[in-house]
Amino acid sequence: MRNTTNAEKLSKARIDTAQRSAKETASNGVVIDCNIDELYYSTFKAVRDTSIPVKKNRITAFIGPSGCGKSTVLRCLNRMNDLVRGFRFKGHVHFRGKDIYHPSVDATAVRRFIGMVFQQPNPFAMSIYNNVAFGLRLNSYKGPVAEKVEDALKRSALWDEVKDKLQKSGLSLSGGQQQRLCIARAIATEPEVLLMDEPCSALDPIATRRIEELMVELKTRYTIAIVTHNLQQAQRVADNTGFLYVDTSDGGRCGYLVEFGESGQIFNDPREQYTKDYIRGEFS
Amino acid sequence: MSDINQISRPPTHSQQVVDTAFRWLCCGFACLSVLMVALIMLEIAKDAVPAIRQYGPGFLAGTTWDPNTGQFGILPEIWGTLYTSFLALLIGTSFGVAAAIFLSEGFLAQAVFQILKAFGLQFHPVLGKLPDRAEVLLKNLIELLAAIPSVVYGLWGLFVIIPLIRPACNWLNLKLGWIPLFGTTLTGPGVLPAVIVLAIMILPTITAISRNALVSVPPKLRMAAYGMGATRWETILAVILPTAARGIAGAVILAFGRALGETMALAMLVGNANRISVSLFSPANTLAALLANNFPEAAKKDVGVLMYAALVLLAITLFVNIIGSIILQKASAGQEGGK
Repeated sequence: MRNTTNAEKLSKARIDTAQRSAKETASNGVVIDCNIDELYYSTFKAVRDTSIPVKKNRITAFIGPSGCGKSTVLRCLNRMNDLVRGFRFKGHVHFRGKDIYHPSVDATAVRRFIGMVFQQPNPFAMSIYNNVAFGLRLNSYKGPVAEKVEDALKRSALWDEVKDKLQKSGLSLSGGQQQRLCIARAIATEPEVLLMDEPCSALDPIATRRIEELMVELKTRYTIAIVTHNLQQAQRVADNTGFLYVDTSDGGRCGYLVEFGESGQIFNDPREQYTKDYIRGEFS
Repeated sequence: MSDINQISRPPTHSQQVVDTAFRWLCCGFACLSVLMVALIMLEIAKDAVPAIRQYGPGFLAGTTWDPNTGQFGILPEIWGTLYTSFLALLIGTSFGVAAAIFLSEGFLAQAVFQILKAFGLQFHPVLGKLPDRAEVLLKNLIELLAAIPSVVYGLWGLFVIIPLIRPACNWLNLKLGWIPLFGTTLTGPGVLPAVIVLAIMILPTITAISRNALVSVPPKLRMAAYGMGATRWETILAVILPTAARGIAGAVILAFGRALGETMALAMLVGNANRISVSLFSPANTLAALLANNFPEAAKKDVGVLMYAALVLLAITLFVNIIGSIILQKASAGQEGGK
């Protein structure tokens, strides 16, 4: 009798685990669920009707022509848009099931869990070591800082190039190295999600390729969302791709999501005419 | 070449002449300015030579100034000049840098925006521009402080500041008189009123230059810090101030140069007493005030002594200014890397 109970318990536990993983599959492991109904800068409507699920350990790319609001959407995901005066937003962005735009949520706290890498490499005017340690100190990290710094630099494939000059200024590095330093700085605190806003647009093709390889490596530990102008780049690295386009019908320039799906489907078999045209390069 | 293209032509002869003339004119004016500085220094040095021969370096260490006995020493004045300037710099820098941060980091713009928002006017075509304008307006107001004549500052110090602070000063002397800083009573003109007025006079220099340094910190660095989840204070303290530090240091040193040379207000407020004291309430004297007070009645033989004092003041000021410009140069070189 007792044995059966134990067996029952065991099987129940198994079922629980199975159910939990089933639940996770049902929500497809979505880390950030972004639903933008309307987004304004002052009186200018910048984005409408865009919902993009960012899935765990996947790279989600946002593509589209200039001014379609893909960077704006990305900046919504960690509330960087809050820094723009006159920014207003209707909709919700769920991170770990909680709306990050809820009044009780502190924007700076959100940014500590959702890191960001910018278009221009922007290391601080301090040493390479201090650049990477910046986030650790910000979070009053009590553990071994030097180890974490080394780890982050190794994971961003920069360690071998800088290990002998950690006390040199971060600005002394080349553009590609600076960008990898910024990635190291962002991942040193192990955020769950890494947002990358055209991280390669200021870099040469070799540096670009290194960053792309890096992204693919990093996705085993982090979830990545990237904005890119480069269709080949999205095709090479992204698991999921969202295509945004500009709606000029009411006289404004309002971006919206045209199509979202697996990258293979978006690039090889797009459903929407706009997507087809854009991928074929018939407009930019 | 005119047969190749109808429109493009080489510069005409007159254009070339104007170009050359303009270049020489600018060169001439620039050289004249430099020559002027050199001439002034030469003239002062020449007049000071007899006094330098007579009194030697002991002049710098002497503490009495008595034209009747012919005893001259400017140690109290050197002390007073450096002491008042240093204290004024301390106060002026705290207020000036704080004002610069307030005027460059969007505090004011945000506050104005919130006020407008409360009335639903934040996107009003005219009022909506207020947040951005408010900072510039306030910055200009602070810079207006530099336009007030020195003698007005002096009068204001005499008739407003001294009566205002005297009760507090004397209370401090009564209760905390054992601290050397409060060692004497404030009877009238003294170090503290001079320092307060001097601090206000150098405030616009510090605010304007510091604000420029803060504003020229690349926005991408700000974004990087905010993107890491830093609060506004953390961003300002850990990233923006260090990046702008050299520009701010340049501002402070330029202001120091100004404070050292300030004459009229100090002559009116510092008390003109030949005394070395750390007490804030004691009267003192500065080199510039000494010169201003003694030149009108100086006998011919004493002019050389005053010139010697002027030379010392010039040397101190020049030294500080040269350091200031070197720091500014380095600051702008540092910002190039931050592009």
